[in-house]
Amino acid sequence: MRWVNIRPNRRNSLILGALPLLVVVVVYLFAAAIRHSANPSDKILPTPAAMVAAMHGLLVDADPLSGHLIFWADTLASLERLGIALGICALSALLVGMVLGILPAARATFGGLVMTVAVIPPIALLPILFIVFGLGETAKVALIVIGVTPFLIRDLADHIAALPQEQLIKAQTLGASSWQLALRIALPQALPRLIAGLRLSLGPAWVYLISAEAVASDIGLGYRIFLVRRYLSMDIIIPYVAWISLLAILMDLALAQLSRRSFAWAHQASR
Amino acid sequence: MSDLLAFENVWLEYGEKIVLERVDLAIAERSFVSIVGPSGAGKSSFLRLVLGQEAPTQGRILLDGKRLTPECGPDRGVVFQRYSVFPHLTALRNVMFGRECTDARFTARLFGAARRAAAEEAEAMLTEVGLGDALHLYPAQLSGGMQQRLAIAQALMARPRLLLLDEPFGALDPGIRQDMHRLILRLWREHALTVLMVTHDISEAFGLGTRVLAFDKRRIDPHAPHRFGATAVYDLELTRKRRAAAPEIPKEVLRLTESVITNTQDSL
Repeated sequence: MRWVNIRPNRRNSLILGALPLLVVVVVYLFAAAIRHSANPSDKILPTPAAMVAAMHGLLVDADPLSGHLIFWADTLASLERLGIALGICALSALLVGMVLGILPAARATFGGLVMTVAVIPPIALLPILFIVFGLGETAKVALIVIGVTPFLIRDLADHIAALPQEQLIKAQTLGASSWQLALRIALPQALPRLIAGLRLSLGPAWVYLISAEAVASDIGLGYRIFLVRRYLSMDIIIPYVAWISLLAILMDLALAQLSRRSFAWAHQASR
Repeated sequence: MSDLLAFENVWLEYGEKIVLERVDLAIAERSFVSIVGPSGAGKSSFLRLVLGQEAPTQGRILLDGKRLTPECGPDRGVVFQRYSVFPHLTALRNVMFGRECTDARFTARLFGAARRAAAEEAEAMLTEVGLGDALHLYPAQLSGGMQQRLAIAQALMARPRLLLLDEPFGALDPGIRQDMHRLILRLWREHALTVLMVTHDISEAFGLGTRVLAFDKRRIDPHAPHRFGATAVYDLELTRKRRAAAPEIPKEVLRLTESVITNTQDSL
């Protein structure tokens, strides 16, 4: 049988997918063991036991200064920033993307502006945001919004503009006005695309969040890993990074599930 | 029978390029007009003019004696070869869409008794085109032929003065196409429709139409082929009797057919 025709079934796919992850873990454990046999107080590749011990304090013991359970407070702060920012992104992208996608005149007027903003590296704007909004929450949320929204707007506007002309003509011959076209034809077909765009934007959104937290913050997952870096605390950094990945995966899965539940029609063609 | 649609010396130009020239036509109410011609002979441009997607560069188009506004409206229904149904709505909601737009200007959604009435009417229309069992399926779950039935039902709900068909059966299997021919003829008779159908299939054009228009360029300048536009070069009234007894296709039209075939082969 040709290699290109070998298709694993669902169970085998899961096993195959888990295999590389397992290999990475095993390789890490070996490397850690080797380093610790040479130097029992090695900090670069901490053993799982060291990680558990270090994380235990952050998970269940309240911080004597602030009274927070640090790990959970960090998670909550980061997720709150991310959630508010992505909510603003989704709403504004939906609004602007719809207008740009439906009205050729709006596209001609504002398309250039959106593109210009989209090509600015958002991190380069971080100093400006800190100067304008101060070092509080607003600047961090704004960084994510500025980083993600232009991409979402362009993606949505392109998607709506690429709806078959036949559909729009047909709707007009059925008596639909511009408003009704937007509400009943463009909006429902834009929503699954918006969710797909958000899923793709999760990666960049986390990058901007961690960057903003690293530069100026007093709480948050990104703040914590940059803080403990000063003490070479890999036993905290590694669990935090794993936790961030897990959160990202869960958010992605949740969005995928939301799309499949709410917009079943959009997933039928690919089945 | 009175004229429903009239073209008076209509020209359509895109800058230097002349697509249609001197189109003079009168289309009677309740006729079934087939439009044939080689690719690039302005058949689709002609349909776009009637649809109001474009305005003529010169001349006038009259519908019911009134000048046509260059925008699509509910007096002219259309079925395209593809993409004329909404993928995010079930068959029933697809057919109800027109009613929801005309009766609820702001929300474009109906509620209560109005909604039930619209749903009943839509269901009757779907049953009439043979989709009574597929009310709650999405277009992606329907075959090509069923999607076209849906598109026809959707267009008929708006009770258009004129039904435009742009190669509606071009993408269907031959067997399905036969069923669709019977369906469209039945609907044409029962709903007293006036139909304009663009097609590549000459036998379909003669089999369905009460009148066949062949579009082509009258003259061709080899050095500037874009400077002469196409027009209706043949205009054949088919009587009911001739249609029934496999009509004799005029030689000129057969020649056109061949050019269609060669064009198609060239493009393949």
